[in-house]
Parts: sequence; C-alpha cells; structure tokens
Amino acid sequence: MALKTEEMVLNMGPQHPSTHGVLRLEVELDGELIINVKPHIGYLHRCFEKHCEAMTYPQVIPYTDRLDYLSSMYNNFGYVVTMERFLGIQVPERVEYIRVIMGELQRIASHLIALGTYGLDIGAYTPFLYCFRDRETILSLFEMTCGARLLYNYMWVGGLSHDLHPDFVPKCREFLKVFKPNITELNNLLSYNKIFVERTANIGILPAETAINYGITGPMLRGSGVKWDLRKNDPYSIYDRFDFEIPVGTGAQGTLGDCWDRYFVRVREMEESVKIVEQALDQLPEGDINAAIPKRIKPPVGSIYGRVENPKGELGYFIMSDGSTNPFRVKLRGPSFVNMTVFGELCKGHLIADVIAILGSVDIVLGEVDR
Amino acid sequence: MKTREEIFNILKQEFPQDVLEFQNIPTEPIITVNPLAIHRVCLFLRETAGLEFDTLMCLSGVDDANGEKTNDPDGSVTIKGGTLSVYYHLHSMKLDHKVTLRVSTPREDPEAESVESIWKCADWHEREAYDMIGIIFLHHPDLRRILMPYDWDAGYPLRKDYKNPEFYQGMKVPY
Repeated sequence: MALKTEEMVLNMGPQHPSTHGVLRLEVELDGELIINVKPHIGYLHRCFEKHCEAMTYPQVIPYTDRLDYLSSMYNNFGYVVTMERFLGIQVPERVEYIRVIMGELQRIASHLIALGTYGLDIGAYTPFLYCFRDRETILSLFEMTCGARLLYNYMWVGGLSHDLHPDFVPKCREFLKVFKPNITELNNLLSYNKIFVERTANIGILPAETAINYGITGPMLRGSGVKWDLRKNDPYSIYDRFDFEIPVGTGAQGTLGDCWDRYFVRVREMEESVKIVEQALDQLPEGDINAAIPKRIKPPVGSIYGRVENPKGELGYFIMSDGSTNPFRVKLRGPSFVNMTVFGELCKGHLIADVIAILGSVDIVLGEVDR
Repeated sequence: MKTREEIFNILKQEFPQDVLEFQNIPTEPIITVNPLAIHRVCLFLRETAGLEFDTLMCLSGVDDANGEKTNDPDGSVTIKGGTLSVYYHLHSMKLDHKVTLRVSTPREDPEAESVESIWKCADWHEREAYDMIGIIFLHHPDLRRILMPYDWDAGYPLRKDYKNPEFYQGMKVPY
C-alpha cells in the first residue's frame, strides 16, 4: 500500500528579510518541489496615483522618489523627461549631462544593492558589505549635490534643483577610479564563486519568448539574451551621444536566461555605466541650469506615455491632462511590478530553497510594486 | 515601421464595425475600439505580418468623469452615467512602432474583453484596473483585487467620486 501524500501550502512573508520588503508568497509544495507560487502584493500600497491627482505637476516629483526608493534619481528622470515631451520643453545641455551622470550613478548604486543583497540571500555575507561601501560613496556624491541621500527631488521639469558642487567632478572621477577595480574584486568574491554559481546557474530559466510576452524588461530581459535597452532602442535625453555596450546573458555558467545570467548582466551594466559617466564628465558643458524651468506648468489636453530605462527595467509614466494644473490621471508602469508577474512561472518545478534565489534575481522593490 | 494612422487604416479595413474612430491628438494619437472586440483586434495586431505588436507596454484604467455630476452636502461628488476607459499602449520590438488603443465602457456596466491570453503582461495590469477603477475584464482567469485588501468593499479608489469608508474591519479609516 502506497503512503498517502498530499500537497502542502507554505506561506512566505510578509515579514521576512528574503522577500525584499513586505511581500507574501503562497507556495504550493509537493514535498520540496514547487507546484505553484502565488505572490500577494499590496502591503505597501499608499495610493501614489490618487495622490498625483490632487497635486500640481511639479508636486508629483517628490512622490516619484518614493516609488523605487533605491533608484529615486531615475524615477525623477522618467517623470521629467515625459513631462518635458508633453510640454515641448528643450532643456539646456548642461542639465542633460548632469541628469545622465546622476542617472548612471544611481544605476550603479541600485545594482550594487541588487547584487549585494542577492549574495546575502544566498548566504554570502561579505560581498554585501563591499557593495554597500561603494554605494556609500555614491550617496555622498548625491548628498553633496542636493543635500539628500535617498530621496532627492533633484530633477525638476525643465531643470534641476541645484547645480553641481565645485568638488563634484573631481570627487566623482576619484570614485570611478576606485570603483573600477572593485568590480573585478566583486567578480572574484561572488560572481565566479563555486558555491554561488552552483546555487544560481540553471535555476529559474526564463526563455526570451516568454520574457517578451510577459512584458519583462531591463536586466531580466537582457539576461535572457535579448539585446534590448531603451537607452539605445528608444533613445531619450542625450544617450545617443555616448559609446556603450548593451550586455546580454550568454549562458556562460549554465543555461541562457538563468539566475546567474541575470546577475551577471547587472555586473556588466555597472561597467557600462562607469563608461557613460566618464564620457559625460569629459563633455560636461557650462551653462545655466534654470534657464528652461517654466513658470507655470499647464500641458495641453491629451495624454502621453513616456518611458525610460530604469535600473530595473522600463519605467513608464502615462500622464493624462485635462488642461488644468493638476494631472487628470497618472499611471505608473513600474518595472518591478511587471517583472514580478513572471515569478510564479519561473519557480515551477524548482526546490523551495530556489524561491529565494529566483526572487533575488528578479530584483524587486516593493515600494514600486505596491505604489 | 508604420505610423499610427496607417495602423488605424489597416484596422478599419479589417474591423469596420469594431474600430470606431481615430483621434489625432498631437501628443498621442488614439484609436478607439469596441470594448467587446478588443481581444480580436489585439490578436490581429499581434499576429499580422507587418504589425507584429509583441509587447504590451502599459494598460491603464481611467475614470473619464464625463457623466452627470451632483455635489453632495458633505463636499464629495457623485457621478452618474458617462464612461470608464482602458488605454492600451502597444509596441512592436521587431518593427519598432507604437500604437495607443482605447476602449470606453459605460460606467454602470463596465465590461471589456481581457487581453491576458495575448500578452501575459496584461494579467496584473487588468487586475489593477479592476481593483482601482472597477472595470470587469471578461474571460480573465483570476480577476481579484491586487493592491487593495481582498475584502475591500467600499468601491474603487481611483474613481473620481470615490468616498473613503468610515470603518474597515472595525478600524477607523480617516486619520
């Protein structure tokens, strides 16, 4: 007589460090094998979109900081780029360059957290501290520029809140010089570490076709071998002036589109961001950063959808205007929110310990998933 | 690569009944489609050679607030009639063109076909539009609330005439 077995439901979160915030996962298990994962979100829902309707257009910017709070600069960037297209504003060259510098530094900072906490999830404590050490320098650069370390409200429609500090350029160059060898150090510590590779290679394989159908973007899509980056494919701001590569996954340690590929795309993206910042610092022009800030922001009746390449993927703002000073409707298409949809699919058939590895490789920030 | 007007003409030829109008707004031209035909139209957009819309960038529910408004004594508004809309932003990675579709459904009976079976990406977006605006997506496999609590019964928060409830589960809501 066979033993009677039945499936088990395990509840992970909402309060658990490996869920990267307040996320609840309802995991259906057959022994240790995962049959299905149902994410439950909304624990951090704070009505971003409803708030926007009560604010004027510039007042929305501080709220965008609080979406994906690890890449606030880029959330500002996405919003102001969309609004400027809506209003038909041409911003000064210097502003464009400073925005790109800040955006790319923010990308490095965001990826450092992604990589560091990913190692932490899997059991590697040391790389986490190395990553935070470098991120700290970036935050100091931001603090020097606008006074805030996490929530900047730095980019305004048509301009910036502050010009660069006189020390910024030399300090930033110094950071890049120190940071470049640190990437190699991180690779030696974590990327090619045997234990780490064993835990991440061949896990959570995402085929390119599935990724596109699910609307996955950012390092996750590139990890599946699709060369797609909005900075190149749908250029905004001045990204067409810089020379950089789009790193894609190759399946170097296992299968194309596994957790390790997604991880390593982030590492290589940091190298590319360093290149962009270096070029931007070299070309940085002089000028008045406040020249194009409009006195009153009143877009025409209509709507616009603008998107930028956030560190985590495509960040889209759908803004509707009824001709008044407040937006009629703001809808945020967050990369974390959309990338999370494929999570259940990735986990199927893996072991329970792999849930953590897969979740870390998706790299979500719940502030943006829940809005 | 096709312009939005060319795409509209192709659609109009294929679905003369269901593709309603083309609004050439300079910031973003919009094609209006019958809400009960959006699945067919989207499938056509994805499958036809020369269009090949392989990604849904964004799906947003909007309360148009174009009905009859009455001011309540407590300062809030009640809206009767008018429409709720859904906007679909599509993009073709292969051919690099974009299009914006809109469906408008009556406020009292807001039903639209789901496009979840075409782009899996629509799953959570449609749940969100249902949760926030209250649009019912027909043939969606799992239409539950997503951001609000599952037992939230005070209506749909992003409607323009939404009123905060006094209590939720015995807890006072306005703070």
